[in-house]
Amino acid sequence: MTDTPPAVELAGLTKTFGPVTAVDGLDLRIAPGEVVAFLGPNGAGKTTTVDMLLGLARPDAGTVRLFGGTPADAVRLGRVAAVMQTGGLLKDLTVAETVRMTAHFYGHTRPAAEVLERAGIADIADRPVGKCSGGQQQRLRFALALLPDPDLMVLDEPTTGMDVEGRRDFWQAIRADARSGRTVLFATHYLDEADAYADRIVLIRQGRVVADGTTAEIKNLAAGRVVRATLPGADQAVLAALPGVQSVEVRGDAVLVHTEDSDVVARHLLTRTDARDLEITSRNLEDAFLALTTAA
Amino acid sequence: MTVTAPSATTSSPRAGSRRPPALGGFSAAVLGIEIRRVLRNRRTLLFILVMPAVFFLLFGLPQRGQNLDNGLPVTGWIMISLAVYAAMVATTSAGAAVATERALGWSRQLRLTPLRPAAYVATKVATAMVLGLLGVLVEFTVGAASGVRMPAHVWVESGLTAWIGSLVFAALGLFVGYLAPAENVMQFMGPALAILAMLGGLFVPLDVLPHAMQQIAKFTPVYGVGQLARAPLTGNGLDWAAVGNVTAWTAFFGLGAARLFRRDTTRV
Repeated sequence: MTDTPPAVELAGLTKTFGPVTAVDGLDLRIAPGEVVAFLGPNGAGKTTTVDMLLGLARPDAGTVRLFGGTPADAVRLGRVAAVMQTGGLLKDLTVAETVRMTAHFYGHTRPAAEVLERAGIADIADRPVGKCSGGQQQRLRFALALLPDPDLMVLDEPTTGMDVEGRRDFWQAIRADARSGRTVLFATHYLDEADAYADRIVLIRQGRVVADGTTAEIKNLAAGRVVRATLPGADQAVLAALPGVQSVEVRGDAVLVHTEDSDVVARHLLTRTDARDLEITSRNLEDAFLALTTAA
Repeated sequence: MTVTAPSATTSSPRAGSRRPPALGGFSAAVLGIEIRRVLRNRRTLLFILVMPAVFFLLFGLPQRGQNLDNGLPVTGWIMISLAVYAAMVATTSAGAAVATERALGWSRQLRLTPLRPAAYVATKVATAMVLGLLGVLVEFTVGAASGVRMPAHVWVESGLTAWIGSLVFAALGLFVGYLAPAENVMQFMGPALAILAMLGGLFVPLDVLPHAMQQIAKFTPVYGVGQLARAPLTGNGLDWAAVGNVTAWTAFFGLGAARLFRRDTTRV
């Protein structure tokens, strides 16, 4: 076996709704076994991307390949399963009946008892779905997604609307499932979830990937500081060449330098230029997230 | 791929066991769960099993002792008509259940499984037909227990016709189910079915209606099934107008449901 195809390969993916471009030429490759967070604010295009990835929506342009095939192929063979934000459940079935019924839709599944156990809902197997809490229903959706033992698990904002305890229980169930080799892609707008669970974070804004890296890399992006000073006619090239500088931005008379080493920039500005009103502010993950994911 | 070291196979240990489901996901087990699910719903049971039986006791029994022109009992005429009614309510509501499942988002959930849309519809039709059969059997049992006596061939032929004829209403249910994205679609379908049953001559003989009404009634979807189901009793022979009525309405609802179904499942 040579050249295993990527678990997910999105190329030039585009989707518009009337005048709104929800997904704008998005490219993404995910290798088998990666755990990837798809992070972005509400309306960034996460759900639309996930819908196209699963074959629930047709792209206006671009392609989706899952394990080298179409989403429909992957669904038919049970290679991909998903926990959707809005996926419905039948209220008048019990938890166990829902799992058993869904199991019959696949060619091959894990035992019902096993997925109930792994999703942490074995104790409420006989409860009607309509009487389950939001968190329990979400874990039922997770149990359903575990049935085919998928190679790719997609979770679209799986903990939206859950309380803190529900979120913790849900992620515990996901962690407990950490079968080596399963590719996981989850969309979220919770930074802490991306931070705690993903190996790789893909930041998305206005339907485009704005940052993509390991959790550590994204954290480094966020770890820097901003040095701001008033300096008419600042020489951007010189500033950008200073060690540790990530970016230089000029806004009118002000210059903003994003840097990993604010001391070097401050020293340079105060000793080699006419800069005044110098300010140094630190950025946290949240600032980086906001900076990267909101329109300039 | 040939046999490789265990460490190299961990990325896809079950690749060989991956296959689509047999029959596109249609199975007797799912049908069983579906039927249990419907029978658990007291409202449904009331409308498809209890009400038609009560109608017979209320409106059929007082006619006891009266005979049709051929000497067979009027109660048999009423019982067969109400069996058709029971079957049509049962099959329509089972078909219309797709509206609820679409409204709840279950259909969307199913699209993430290998279940073929055609297998989903086949399950709904099969569930509808099982319920329809149950409706006919309950009505006939109540009739027999109340003293309806008819030749054996009339029981069998009328029962089978009432049951198989209700396929047209399974199609009607699916048609409405794909038309209306409402969770409570039966709330307006219930009264609509009662009116259709009235026009179809299930509650009273069409002779009692004004002449113009009678002519219109012959083109409504219940008329044909009612006529055909009662034919073994009345001995009127094969009524080609009734056959035409059933054929036309089955085609209309069936094709309409198929068209909406295709639109629904290709909508992306």
